Amino acid sequence: MLLISCPWCGPRPENEFRYGGQAGLTRPAASADDATWSAYLYLRNNPKGRHQERWRHQPGCGRFFNCERDTVTDRISNTSKIGPR
Amino acid sequence: MTQPFRTAAGGRIDRSDRIQFSFDGRPLTGYAGDTLASALLANDVHLVGRSFKYHRPRGILSAGSEEPNALVTIDRGAGRITPNLRATSVELYDGLTARSQNRFPSLRFDFGALAGWAAPLLPPGFVYKSFMWPPSFWKRLYEPAIRAAAGLGRSPAEADPDQYQTRYAHCDILIIGGGAAGLAAALGASATGARVILCDEQAELGGGLLDEPNATIDGWPAPDWVREAIGTLNGSVTLLPRTTAFGWYPDNMIGLAERVTDHLADPGSHRPRERLWQVRAARVVLATGAIERPLVFPGNDRPGIMLAGAARTYLHRYGVTVGKRVVIATADDSAYRTATDLHAAGVAVAGIVDRRSAPDSEAVQAARALGIPIHRGMTISGTEGRLRVHSARLSDGTGLIPCDTILMSGGWTPSVHLFSQSRRALIFDSASGTWLPTEDAVGACAGVFDLGTCLRDGARAFGGETRSFAVLGIQAMTAGEPPVAAKPHRAAFVDFQNDVTTKDLAIATDEGFVSVEHVKRYTTTGMATDQGKTSNLNALTAIAALTGQGVEATGLTTFRPPYTPVTFGTLAGSVRGDLFAPIRVPPIATPGAVLENVGTWKRARCFPQANETIAAAVARECLAVRNDAGMLDASTLGKIAVEGPDAAAFLSRIYTGDFTDLASGQCRYGVLLGEDGFIRDDGIIARLAPDRFHVTTTTAGAAFVLHHMEDYLQTEFVGMRVWLTSVTEQWAVIAVQGPRAAEVLAPFLPDIDPGAMPPMSVRTGHIGDVAVVLLRVSFTGETGFEINLPPDHAQRVWDTLRQRDVTPFGTDAMHVLRAEKGYIMIGQETDGTVTPGDVGLGWTIRGADCIGKRSLSLPDLKRADRKQLVGLLPLDPTVVLEEGAQVTAAPSAWDVLSNASVRTRGALSVGHVTSSYHSPGLNRGFALALVAGGRSRIGLQLSVAAAGGDRPVTVTAPVFLEKPKDRLKAITFSSAQPLLPLAEQQAPVARACPAVELVTLAPVTRLSVRAGSAAGTAIGLALGVLMPTVPCRSVITRNRAALWLGPDEWLIVAPDSASELAALARQAAGEHPVSIIDVSQRSGGLEVAGPRAAWCLNAFCALDLDLHAFPVGMCTRTLLGAAEIVLWRIAPEVFHLDVARSLMPYVRACLEESRVEFVDVQAESGRSK
Repeated sequence: MLLISCPWCGPRPENEFRYGGQAGLTRPAASADDATWSAYLYLRNNPKGRHQERWRHQPGCGRFFNCERDTVTDRISNTSKIGPR
Repeated sequence: MTQPFRTAAGGRIDRSDRIQFSFDGRPLTGYAGDTLASALLANDVHLVGRSFKYHRPRGILSAGSEEPNALVTIDRGAGRITPNLRATSVELYDGLTARSQNRFPSLRFDFGALAGWAAPLLPPGFVYKSFMWPPSFWKRLYEPAIRAAAGLGRSPAEADPDQYQTRYAHCDILIIGGGAAGLAAALGASATGARVILCDEQAELGGGLLDEPNATIDGWPAPDWVREAIGTLNGSVTLLPRTTAFGWYPDNMIGLAERVTDHLADPGSHRPRERLWQVRAARVVLATGAIERPLVFPGNDRPGIMLAGAARTYLHRYGVTVGKRVVIATADDSAYRTATDLHAAGVAVAGIVDRRSAPDSEAVQAARALGIPIHRGMTISGTEGRLRVHSARLSDGTGLIPCDTILMSGGWTPSVHLFSQSRRALIFDSASGTWLPTEDAVGACAGVFDLGTCLRDGARAFGGETRSFAVLGIQAMTAGEPPVAAKPHRAAFVDFQNDVTTKDLAIATDEGFVSVEHVKRYTTTGMATDQGKTSNLNALTAIAALTGQGVEATGLTTFRPPYTPVTFGTLAGSVRGDLFAPIRVPPIATPGAVLENVGTWKRARCFPQANETIAAAVARECLAVRNDAGMLDASTLGKIAVEGPDAAAFLSRIYTGDFTDLASGQCRYGVLLGEDGFIRDDGIIARLAPDRFHVTTTTAGAAFVLHHMEDYLQTEFVGMRVWLTSVTEQWAVIAVQGPRAAEVLAPFLPDIDPGAMPPMSVRTGHIGDVAVVLLRVSFTGETGFEINLPPDHAQRVWDTLRQRDVTPFGTDAMHVLRAEKGYIMIGQETDGTVTPGDVGLGWTIRGADCIGKRSLSLPDLKRADRKQLVGLLPLDPTVVLEEGAQVTAAPSAWDVLSNASVRTRGALSVGHVTSSYHSPGLNRGFALALVAGGRSRIGLQLSVAAAGGDRPVTVTAPVFLEKPKDRLKAITFSSAQPLLPLAEQQAPVARACPAVELVTLAPVTRLSVRAGSAAGTAIGLALGVLMPTVPCRSVITRNRAALWLGPDEWLIVAPDSASELAALARQAAGEHPVSIIDVSQRSGGLEVAGPRAAWCLNAFCALDLDLHAFPVGMCTRTLLGAAEIVLWRIAPEVFHLDVARSLMPYVRACLEESRVEFVDVQAESGRSK
């Protein structure tokens, strides 16, 4: 079980978290063309190594946060609050 | 004579405690402190098993958990039969019943041994090569036959009646291994004040020190030094004997398997058989020691051939000599110590065969001084003896040495399994030819074999002062020399448990396998349940020699958990039976109902009357709704309070539809889409006030919808002033549907006239003095109301309605009723690929840009031939189609040309049936279906696949009941009676247990406060309890408390009236946007108190509950088993748990299970009298 550091609550066991997919996606405007919109829907990074992810501390404080995880070692190098856009 | 090979004195067994046991039905005796292996050897039983593949007679090789041969079945009665236990690890208890395995009809005469004669025909890969044709024989003949011939013990068929527990633990330092290095490390660690756990797989801590009665440490004989060390550690260090560290998982989580009662003749009923520890350690120190390697020579597997170190262990720890006349074959000095010790015990040592040409050390000289013949530069080239070795042949051809035992030592392999599992790289030590950890290891695991150095390294593993130990009476030892590859021979065994020989390895490399991982899988070397503990390095050396790659370049194969086998019971722990998953029961009891699972809930399917079939009950319930009035317990529907100035705008993004123009007091149906445009859920959005909405979701979709909303609120629509609060369990819901619905409800509601409510409206009011929310909504097409009321009062309203002839109906009738109107059911008509347009809900998409709307204009989602929702009427009205059945059309000529499956089947699949029922109203079968281009096929005939032939159907619009049918006359009923407040809920009587008490807390007001920090401060000042700003902390003043649950979320706990407290808080917030919601009914309180409170919670909760890590006043949402709770420490030994109503039985059951060890047995039995 991974130990994940919630930016609010500190290190907590993995069963208190929910994976939220790749971080940093920008939702295109509704006026975006089909190709741009489809890429937003379906194209994701699949790196061997560091991956920028979203996790949510639920059950916990309920916050989504950003997390950098190495997909090879599962080592989490950084977690941070989701800042204002 | 009993126990003829027991020494006259010595050993750590209790000679005053004689123990009876049986092996293969033969009664034998041993002593307390024996293992099964030592007791068998004391009785001169060396033949204990048959090998896996060739059924060769096998004896006891080792004295520890590395044992590959001596696998036995221990029988404790029905359901308690454990196969494949290592006799070397099984502790003897009175009445122990052990059986040998993999033999028929008996151990001495085994038909399976014919496989040994056929060994040349059974090379590696023979299974793949020989049993290829015909394929149908695989399942019926080959596999069953091979499984029967090659095998381990049989698992029991009965359910396991034993209890198992799981627990989480945290420590600063976990020391694995309780030998010299581990104990010294524990002494050093405990001096630092750190939290330390020391575990060891054996029954007694001490490891190799227990084999050294003649050595002294600081003047104490080594075994006494162990006793003193344990005395020092007791109290400050958690000592876990009989506990195997079997796996190293990410972030230093170590799996420990503790065998709690297996060594007891009477395990009792208050303790688990085994316990899984999941230990999170800041630091792990490996003091796992080393395992002696066998030598590889022809015939090295006969009973009576064992490891030299094991013979010393049997002598010194158990007072057992392994034979009368031994030959020692070695490549290492340590075997000379065995020779001198056995000589001193009166065993004849017929000779030492040393592979090395010039062995010379203190130990060698000591053996030579005793006159033991030493054959230098020689090995054993063969052995004789069928069920017990009787002679050894020397490699120089000088003939046979008669003996009854051959002891071998090929040097020592550090036990690096756990280090390797931690995903760190091992380094190769060319001097010893072994791999070593790069850090965090002490003692033999780190390649150190000198006792004084082991102790010193252990003691300073934590940076303390360097301390030296005065060690006397033991020669300095090393790991020995690198192993040397033996010549391929078909009886020179490398892997004893899987019967892999040097010849097999040669065949594999001859056939082109080069990678060690491939050779391992082809020959199965190292793949048995012993994980190759004794064989890996010998196999590797042989492969390296065959491929010419060198040992280091060949590389180790991967070590995987578990280190030794772990029972499924241990891994499952309490998660079985009633605790496998929470069973959530709605607040309204419905005795007599047939139940079904919906999500995690148990819901009533229907309410059969006496002698009524389910079908008849459903039909009756449907007609009652159509003609009169029926009621459904809809409490399980998800409910979310959506509050804040931007709530309407937010909901317009989440659901199809525009809610900005929805007036207060109105409801609207909404469909929730994923961003891909496909339907995920649906529900009713009711506007209670401009900034307050009550949103319902499906029963199974509640958690998903809240998560989905939070996702967009926190990460996409950032800045919207909205708060979401689950109120699913705050409100029970009784749905009353039917022409008489308004009439039956009116008498309850002094301040609402249900008859005057327009469809899709919402009103707040009261029943008695209880606040309720009434929605006029329908899922049946009839007049319908959903009355939301506090769960404590729901039963009484339900029962009163029932007395007034409102017919209870269940989910089955609900399905039929909604399908008759063509209303979709999420998960039935939708499957994650269905758009609103597909099911005729395109009209719900209005105005603003909601999630998923953009996707609906992607080309694929606009195609005319998408599957669309239609109705199907079988031509034969008595037919009820199968749900999921294919809908087919007669193919066109083009279909036949272009589609192979059409040519095969003679039909074109155009869709599938999604719902199908018998309609009591129409008195016929009908169905909903998703059919390609379905709306253009209305009026046409299609076929639906069915057992016994396709059924012709007519395609219709998906609405079957257009007009209300004739009604029954209204039934008169008595006038309204005031409702009484609810009866006191009876708390289950807690069992006596001073170590940890469970107390149901009295009802209390709980407010969920969502606000920014300024508003939070204002509310805190007004309520006289400041809102904590530090995460996971609480503030308590007099009798009110505020708990931090999230950055903008607090829980207020107070004895005041909820509505008054909420009004006070709202007033204090002034112009600041806030969401203040009464959640008093949503959950209940449970107190867990006593010296063992944290211990019991840690059986199901993975948090570190040490007072430093989880201080008084800390509070957090977390998991207890599978239940989400709020955990709050109000005193060092007192925790308060806030538990959702429906999860309370589950949480209580978990805690009862976790404290079963501490329940006062005497008080219990006293009470039952």
